[in-house]
This record gives sequence, C-alpha cells and structure tokens, in this order.
Amino acid sequence: MDARFIPEPVHLIRFAPELLLTVFATLIMVLDPLTKEGEKHRLGILALVGLLAAAWGAAVAAANPGTAFSDMLLVDGFATFFRYLSILVGVLTLACSFAYLKREQADSGEYYALLLFSIAGQCVMVSANELIMIFIGLEISSIASYVLAGYLRDDKRNNESALKYFLLGSFATAFLLYGIAWIYGITGSTNLAEIQRVLSNRDIAPSVNLIGASAALMFVGFAFKVSAAPFQVWAPDVYQGAPAPVSAFLSAGPKAAAFAIFLRVYITAFEPIADQWQAVLWASALATMIVGNFAALLQSNIKRLLAYSSIAHAGYVLVAVTTHSQIGTAAAMFYLAAYAFMNVGAFAVVTHFARQGERYVNIEDLAGLGQRQPVTAALLSIFLLSFIGVPLTAGFFGKFYIFKAALDANLVWLTVLGLLNSAVAAYYYLRIIVVMYFHEPSESVADLQSPAPGIQAVLWASAAATLILGVFPSWVLDFAGKAALK
Amino acid sequence: MDAILFLIFAAIAVGCGVNLVVQRHPISSALSLVGVMAALAVLYLLLGAEFMAAAQMIVYAGAIMVLFVFTIMLLNAGSERKTDKALFARLFGVPALIGFIVLIGFLIRTLLPKTENVVFGTFTEGTARGVGLKLFTEYLLPFEVTSLLILIAILGAVVLARKEI
Amino acid sequence: MPSSVPLSWYLILSAILFGLGVAGFVVRRNIITVFMSIELMLNAVNLSFIAFSYQLRQVDGHIFSFFVMVVAAAEAAVGLAIILTVFKNRATLAIDDVSSLKN
Repeated sequence: MDARFIPEPVHLIRFAPELLLTVFATLIMVLDPLTKEGEKHRLGILALVGLLAAAWGAAVAAANPGTAFSDMLLVDGFATFFRYLSILVGVLTLACSFAYLKREQADSGEYYALLLFSIAGQCVMVSANELIMIFIGLEISSIASYVLAGYLRDDKRNNESALKYFLLGSFATAFLLYGIAWIYGITGSTNLAEIQRVLSNRDIAPSVNLIGASAALMFVGFAFKVSAAPFQVWAPDVYQGAPAPVSAFLSAGPKAAAFAIFLRVYITAFEPIADQWQAVLWASALATMIVGNFAALLQSNIKRLLAYSSIAHAGYVLVAVTTHSQIGTAAAMFYLAAYAFMNVGAFAVVTHFARQGERYVNIEDLAGLGQRQPVTAALLSIFLLSFIGVPLTAGFFGKFYIFKAALDANLVWLTVLGLLNSAVAAYYYLRIIVVMYFHEPSESVADLQSPAPGIQAVLWASAAATLILGVFPSWVLDFAGKAALK
Repeated sequence: MDAILFLIFAAIAVGCGVNLVVQRHPISSALSLVGVMAALAVLYLLLGAEFMAAAQMIVYAGAIMVLFVFTIMLLNAGSERKTDKALFARLFGVPALIGFIVLIGFLIRTLLPKTENVVFGTFTEGTARGVGLKLFTEYLLPFEVTSLLILIAILGAVVLARKEI
Repeated sequence: MPSSVPLSWYLILSAILFGLGVAGFVVRRNIITVFMSIELMLNAVNLSFIAFSYQLRQVDGHIFSFFVMVVAAAEAAVGLAIILTVFKNRATLAIDDVSSLKN
C-alpha cells in the first residue's frame, strides 16, 4: 500500500550519524562483558572511532541535504553545524574521561555507550523537523545524561546531582509537552514548517493570545534545558555534583543542542508571533546574565563557579536569540562553538586538578599552580580570558558578534546591560588567575602529577581552538552564517 | 449519557488528583494516581481513543504504577514529616493553584475557536488499526528511535543498580 | 441536562490535573511522590492530546500521547533507579535531606 513504509536509501544516509553512533554504542555494550577489567579503556577508543565515524556520517548526510522519513528529519546546514558540535564535544569529553575513570576505578563500557547514546539523541534533536522528533531526541539525550550525572553510584554528590537533574528535567519536559499539545490543537500539526504556515496565515490564524500562551509553556521547557532564568536553579547543583568530565559534557553538548531546538522552534515555527516572545526573551536573557554573573562572584567551589558562569553565558546566547535575525542566529552558533572549547578546556583542568574522589575543587586549592605547573596554569588562563572576552580569544569575537547583532536589532539597553555584566564577570575569572599565580602555594599542589595524556590533548586542542577562533573567527562564522536559519 | 459519564469520571479524576497531592504517605498517593489513570482511560474511550484507553490501563496503570508501588514497598517509605513549609504552601499555594486553573479555564473558554460537543462514536479512527497504520508509515522514524530510548533506560537502570562497578 | 459536553470541558479537566501535578511537585517532600506528581502532569498532557485529536479528527494526537507514555515508562525505570541509589547512600526519601551541595 503506502510506499513510505520502506524508507529510501537516501533517507538512511541523512540519518547516518545517528545510525553510526547507535551501532558503535551497541557494539561497545556487546564487547563490554568480553573485555577484561583494566582493559576497558579500549572500549573508549572504540567509542572515539565511533564518534569519528559519526562525524564522517554527518559530512555524508550534509552532502545529501533534505528531509527524510516523511518530513520527520531535516538535514540542512543548521543541523549539520550542531551535529558536528555535539560530536566534537563528545570527542573532547571522551579524552578527559579516560584518566578520570581510571583514577576512580570506574572504567566500564556502559559509560562510553551512554555517552554515544546521549550524542545520538542530540543529533536527532538538532536535525528534527517535527515536535515529536524534538521531544524524543531530547529525552534520549536527557535520560542518558541523567545516568551519566549519577555515574559513580556510591558518591553522594553524584546521587544528588542525578536526582536533581532528573526531577527538574522531567518537570520541564512536562511543560514542554503541554505547550506542544496546545500548539497541536491550535494548528493541527506538529510539523514546524506547517505550524509556521498556519500561524502566518492571518485568515485561519487563531487567537494570538492562545498561541502566545502555548509558546510560553514551551519556553518554560526550553528555558530549563538551557538553564535560563528563572529556571536555572538546577544547574549549579547538577554541575557541581556530577563527575567533572560529565559536567564539561552537560554544560557544552546537551546545552548547545537545546539551544539548537530553541532557535529552530522559535525562529521557524514561531516567527510569525516574534513580537510576542521577544519581550519575554529580553527579560529572561537579562535575568540570566545577572543571576549567573552575580552568583558566580560568591562561589568558592570552582565547579560551582563554572556552573554559574555557564548560566551567564547562556544569557549571552539568549541575547542573540532575542534578536531573531539571521546574524543573531549565526552569532549564537559561533558563541556556542567557542564556548564549547573554552568550557571543556576549563573543566579538563578541574578534572586533572581535583584528583581521586574530587578532593580539590576549591579555588584556593589552585594557589601556586602557576609555579608548580606553569603550562597547565597558562592554558587555564587562556580559557578564563576567553570567558571574559579578551581580544585574540574566541570569547571576544563571540561577544562582539552577539552584541553587534543586538545593536542591529535595536536592543540598545540589553546590549549596555550585557556589556556591564561582562565587566562584572571579569572579576571572578581574574580572581582565579590571581590565586594561581600570586597566592602562596598550598599543600594541595605539592603532590600534583603532570596531566594525563588525554587531558593534555584536550587542553592543547581547546586552547589552540580558542586562540584560532580568536584570530580567524571567519572560519566558523562563515559556516554559521550560511547555515543560520531564515 | 455522554455527559453523565464525563461528569462521573472527571470527578473521580479530580478527586484522586487532589488526594495524590494532599496525602502524606506515598502509597496513598500512588493508589490515587492509579485512580486518575483509570478514570482517564474511560474518558479516552469517550473521545474515541480505543487503543490509547487500553494502553493507558496496561502500560500506565498496569506496568508503570506497579513499578512505583514496588519501589515504595522496597524502600519501606513512610509518611512525610511535617515541615513549616506546609503552612506556607497552604496559605499561598492553594490560591495560586486556583488562580492558575481559573486563568487556564478562562483562556480555554474564551479563546479557543469552535469547540464542538463530544459525542461518543463520531470519531472511530483511534483503533489499533488506525493508530498502527500511522505509526508504521508516517511515524516510522520516531517509532524506531524510541527503541533506542528504551535501550538507554535499560542500560541506565543496570548502571545505577548493579552491585559493583 | 444536555446529553453531551463540549470539548473545552475536557481541556479544562486537563488543565486542572496539570495544575494539581505542579502543586504536588512543589508541595510534597517525598521524592517518590514528587515523581508521581510529574506522572500526573504527563497524564494531563495526554488527555489534551487526545481531546485535540478528537476535535481535529486525526490520530496524530493519539500517536503523540503514545510516545509520551513510552517515554514515561523509560523515565520511570531510570528515575526509580536513581531514587534507589540515593536511598542506598542516604537512607532517606525526604527531598530536603538531599542538599549537601553548596558552599
């Protein structure tokens, strides 16, 4: 009967990265019982191969753009950009994880499999063209992340992190679903393009207030996932309690994917009612920056500080979303890529420094790192300067493009307040640098080994990327500009 | 007849829902939730969702809630302690909740275009056949991807619950 | 007494249940009850989907609520496993006792 029953080969090609990730993750699960204790890191290397294969798959899919599986998926430049970004964050996280898992004696195939599954879910999310696919991709990514956050079962901090992430994440999903139900009821479809068509047709468009209410419910769901105020409360506890490499992953990968669906839904489906949601996003962006930066000033735990910093950076990206212009979208994409590098780099230093059981996670513990391990301290300084937005780092161009897009969209006040926020942020990042170089060495740095090879690789790669994007931003920005939705 | 059935089962659903929120012991809340689900299954039938009504009973009320009850029994969960937050919740939470519901009700009543009356038997596509046809053609990809979700759930439960890492 | 009720009554019922779920999430202090409140919210969402499906005379809403149900099952498996690990390490199910993270 229906020819769509059997998918065409080109549809499978467009779905290649997800298929490859799933195949490799399943292979890891099958090989796990056959691998001896102490040899499990080989499964991690297999996961690395899987990620590289998925990147290749994303390239092949990008060469065959279009929709797949009765419009469920849409492979375009935007999807490809975020697929690459998710996979890249996965590679960096994986490299950090080897040393961590060995140190905690928790090396197992499941960790690698869950990481690959989570990335597969993010790839589904970012290439979804239907609210139903967005929902399922989001859940795949989230459920795998919940487990990763609580991976060390006997660690109380891990438990608490997983519990809070899980409860608040599911709560947010319920709001998202309620919003989707209303959108479905109003427009009769869950296809993003179809929703846009119905909403922009003034003759059949139903009450604007009702659509606004549904968009607001969906906003609650998305705001939770990207840790935007006033729904950011889970982020500090989750990032502080989760294993350090997992925190790096959560604050870069799933967050970027959540921003991707946020952008896609609001820029395509809800574009006809942009003047309604712009005010809400304006307020949320400002509140997110303020909450993130001012709370970060008070932190003494470095993971918690990075968590608040991650909230603040989500605020900057929200400024770009508020513009709902093509350059704003491109700026958000560039910023998310830049942030992924500097954030994973900073967390890699924390992973290295915390040592077994994550004993050393206070900022004061870093005292004397500048003398003891000048290279590590210098690399961390690069990431911190990039967080501030100092010229010649990726963070500078990231902020520059975002605020330029905001000015072009006449968001003058938001730009001024955002820049003031960046100035406040400089204080707490510089404080870490001061502690590293100018404080008396604490006993905690005395027995610090040199970083493990995987962590060194991440540090150098992230620092190089941060500097390269700070000098040649056009390499990524051109891609983002071409891929940005309009 | 439709109206009477709706009113009876809507009242059961709301009553059980309120009971879920006010009970202090988790097992009472769990059994109230089963009540909500059973009442909703009847309403699904009235709306012509035969397949979903059956799935609601088998999957939701049957499988998922048994898992909840089992966990509550396993952990031997007792009643909650009283906290000072309870008074705060009663003072502000109840009016806020009523306000929210009135607001949504108002939105629905005034803004929703053309709501018709629900008559049982006027929509008969929601059978296993109707749902299955859509599920295996148009919604093939989400259906397949869901298997990934369940695989992760199994894997996650194993990671968290097995004896040693 | 009319023989049938308007569809909006179903939607209002759904809103009431959703609101009760939110209230339970905020008020209750037992982790398992908090989780059950989320399940109540998902049930409310399913009622909305099926009611809208009736109005649109499509089965798409049924399929969406079917997926919501599957996801709820997966979430329940993982969520209860997480709750078990918390209980094993802390011997408590009170959500206020699970707050060791901070400064």
